[in-house]
Amino acid sequence: MATSSTEIERSGAVPPGALGFTATQAAGLVARTAAVDAVGLEERAASLAKRSIKREAKLWALDLAIRCMDLTTLEGADTAGKVVAVCAKAVRPDPTDPSIPSVGAVCIYPLLVPVAAGQLKGTTVRVASVAGGFPAGLAPLEERLGEIREAVRSGADEVDIVLNRSAFLSGRYRQAFEEIAASREACGDAHLKTILEVGELGSYDQVRRASVLAMAAGSDFIKTSTGKLSTGATLPAALCMMEAARDFHHETGRRVGVKVAGGIRQSKQAIQYLVLLYETLGPDWMGPDLFRIGASTLLNDVLMQIAKERTGRYQGPDYFTVD
Amino acid sequence: MTDQLEQATDQKPRRAAPWEYAPAPEAKDIVTIRPRYGLFIGGRFVEPRSGRYFETVSPSTEQRLAQVAEAGKEDVDAAVKAARQAWEERWRNLPGRERAKYLYRIARALQDRSREFAVLESMDGGKPIKESRDVDLPLAAAHFFYYAGWADKLDYAFPGRVARPLGVAGQVIPWNFPLLMAAWKLAPALACGNTAVLKPAETTPLTALLLAQVIQEVDLPPGVVNIVTGAGETGAALVAHPGVDKVAFTGSTEVGKVIRRVVAGTGKRLTLELGGKAANIVFDDAPLDQAVEGVVNGIYFNQGHVCCAGSRLFVQESVFELLLEKLKERLQTLRVGDPLDKNTDVGAINSREQLEKIEELVGSGIEEGAEIYQPECVLPERGFWFRPTLFTGVSQSHRIAREEIFGPVLSILTFRTPDEALEKANNTPYGLSAGVWTEKGSRILWMTQRLRAGVVWANTFNRFDPSSPFGGYKESGFGREGGLHGLEPYLDFDRANGRRR
Repeated sequence: MATSSTEIERSGAVPPGALGFTATQAAGLVARTAAVDAVGLEERAASLAKRSIKREAKLWALDLAIRCMDLTTLEGADTAGKVVAVCAKAVRPDPTDPSIPSVGAVCIYPLLVPVAAGQLKGTTVRVASVAGGFPAGLAPLEERLGEIREAVRSGADEVDIVLNRSAFLSGRYRQAFEEIAASREACGDAHLKTILEVGELGSYDQVRRASVLAMAAGSDFIKTSTGKLSTGATLPAALCMMEAARDFHHETGRRVGVKVAGGIRQSKQAIQYLVLLYETLGPDWMGPDLFRIGASTLLNDVLMQIAKERTGRYQGPDYFTVD
Repeated sequence: MTDQLEQATDQKPRRAAPWEYAPAPEAKDIVTIRPRYGLFIGGRFVEPRSGRYFETVSPSTEQRLAQVAEAGKEDVDAAVKAARQAWEERWRNLPGRERAKYLYRIARALQDRSREFAVLESMDGGKPIKESRDVDLPLAAAHFFYYAGWADKLDYAFPGRVARPLGVAGQVIPWNFPLLMAAWKLAPALACGNTAVLKPAETTPLTALLLAQVIQEVDLPPGVVNIVTGAGETGAALVAHPGVDKVAFTGSTEVGKVIRRVVAGTGKRLTLELGGKAANIVFDDAPLDQAVEGVVNGIYFNQGHVCCAGSRLFVQESVFELLLEKLKERLQTLRVGDPLDKNTDVGAINSREQLEKIEELVGSGIEEGAEIYQPECVLPERGFWFRPTLFTGVSQSHRIAREEIFGPVLSILTFRTPDEALEKANNTPYGLSAGVWTEKGSRILWMTQRLRAGVVWANTFNRFDPSSPFGGYKESGFGREGGLHGLEPYLDFDRANGRRR
């Protein structure tokens, strides 16, 4: 690996067209996307998942996992009270241990953004809102864009939208591209994360094509899943997206972040994704500016593992707050 | 909000250095190495009549591991006699299902003790523990399981023919996959009702000797498997011994030729699995990221000490630059070092002699004008090491494109059309394996029909399975190991003609 640069200059918001792709070019780009061999991809992901990360390397990874975490609550039953509790946890994951960093962001539904923005003011934790007809993305475009604008206006620093799989899977790449580009514009200064929902794409070829499309349309991040399907993030799908991001960087000079989400509950999984990231995209991507883990229950497992690494003993679950 | 973002960006990571994986060494204490090993003859470890011993060292530390007996002519003779006696008095009379039971026991014992075997293999041979753990050991056990399954079905394996064992097999194996090669040789021989005298390579005898202990523990009848350690002279004595009915050799083409001369006219059956200079062919429509993995696995797996290694890479010119860039980047992430560390990708070169051979050939590549690339990596001070290496600007006439290097050295050539790829790929005295990378199914079939190689992998490389036959064309040898085909070299059909069991 080349030099380390854990602190990346935050790439400014990119207006549509700034990358120089038109919708037609983007559709061509998707059609020319390199093939992905499923057997080889899964083998590579499985072999990286076997890396043995121990002691200080593990502590470093766990610390990073927290800083890269989008602490998420996306339930119909979410209330202001629930969001206040999540925000408190996000800022100080372990009230007894000030050495534990804050998480990267709190991820919530748009209507709860004002609550989170109030709670997180003056902290390093960002407010991320899903928007754009999450999780299906099949509301009328104007409604989706309106939702994005509203979320940003109420204080969202980051917006997680979904790829229009209906358009993408039926080959309407231009439409899918234009919708993301319009969402990018609607975001203004906020960061745009585009969820591909890999569990619905059917093949790694499609994952790679969708990654290219979303990156060319100006997404700041590409994200695996909504967390609303039984299939969330998988190591091979994440690897496929990381390879696409690496090649996109080589071709355009632009660094696009990767967010993994959906079914990541254990520290071990988080570390496996970090290994994938490190050995595919390198040290430049190893920070919250270019990598996120979306999760609701992962945090306490990470805290538990940190305590275990430091003391040599596991603590009971009641020693970590449930929020 | 903007302030908040700025602030968030200002949150300095606590550690500025790249992620250093902490050492993750597999514990050595599971292995007990005896200070001195005798020869395994007639079910017992015996002192060599030669009175001579040699040392086996760990190539990653240059530490002496043990003293191992060097079998002389008399010792080989004793081993062959023990094998003959076991065959005549016991083994050939056992029903197949009884022979199978022993093979199953060996297979299960290998699984039970796989960690012990894997650690020992990595200590004695220098290969990364992740390979000995995930490749060598599972495959070795799988070979015993697979051939155990055939032992009682030989009458059905070759319809219309009655199969009988040959007698005593003399088997000489190499140092690159010490235990796995022992399994490849012993499992079919025993399943078919033969007894065996096995000669492991002098730099890697320890796992074969541990296998001898397993063989004792599973109560295999004494003399069915005998293991004589030593160098070339021991192997020569075994191959030339008149009491041997079948010779199986895996190793260099040079030695293979000598063996064929020795065996000629003796009536001994012979199979040879020799060197290779395999072509790995990448077309412009290939899944490139996976092709890069396949190329890396093809040549850097086991430090390139693989007879079927994809040592010649042929890349279609239109994707050459892109593939090369990806390959160089990937080489930077290879972790070279302590074979026992679970995160090591490339281990130690097996011996000083082999290291010198690699250095000599790499030197010739530079001299002949090819361009060398090696990733930056820190090599341990002690032991035998060689950086993963690739050459561009290689032409067919360069030595590095023609001779087997048997090290982590890749020669990259380009082509424009499928015909050209095929012609160049076949333009070698060897023919053990080949790889084809393309999304186009019809092209895979077109290529595999025309490539003169015993194994052709499509969109993968270095994949092995006991049910799949393996062997060479041309100077890569003859005869097949593995699968149904792997039974034939250990069976006699002619003598059984017209007779029923």
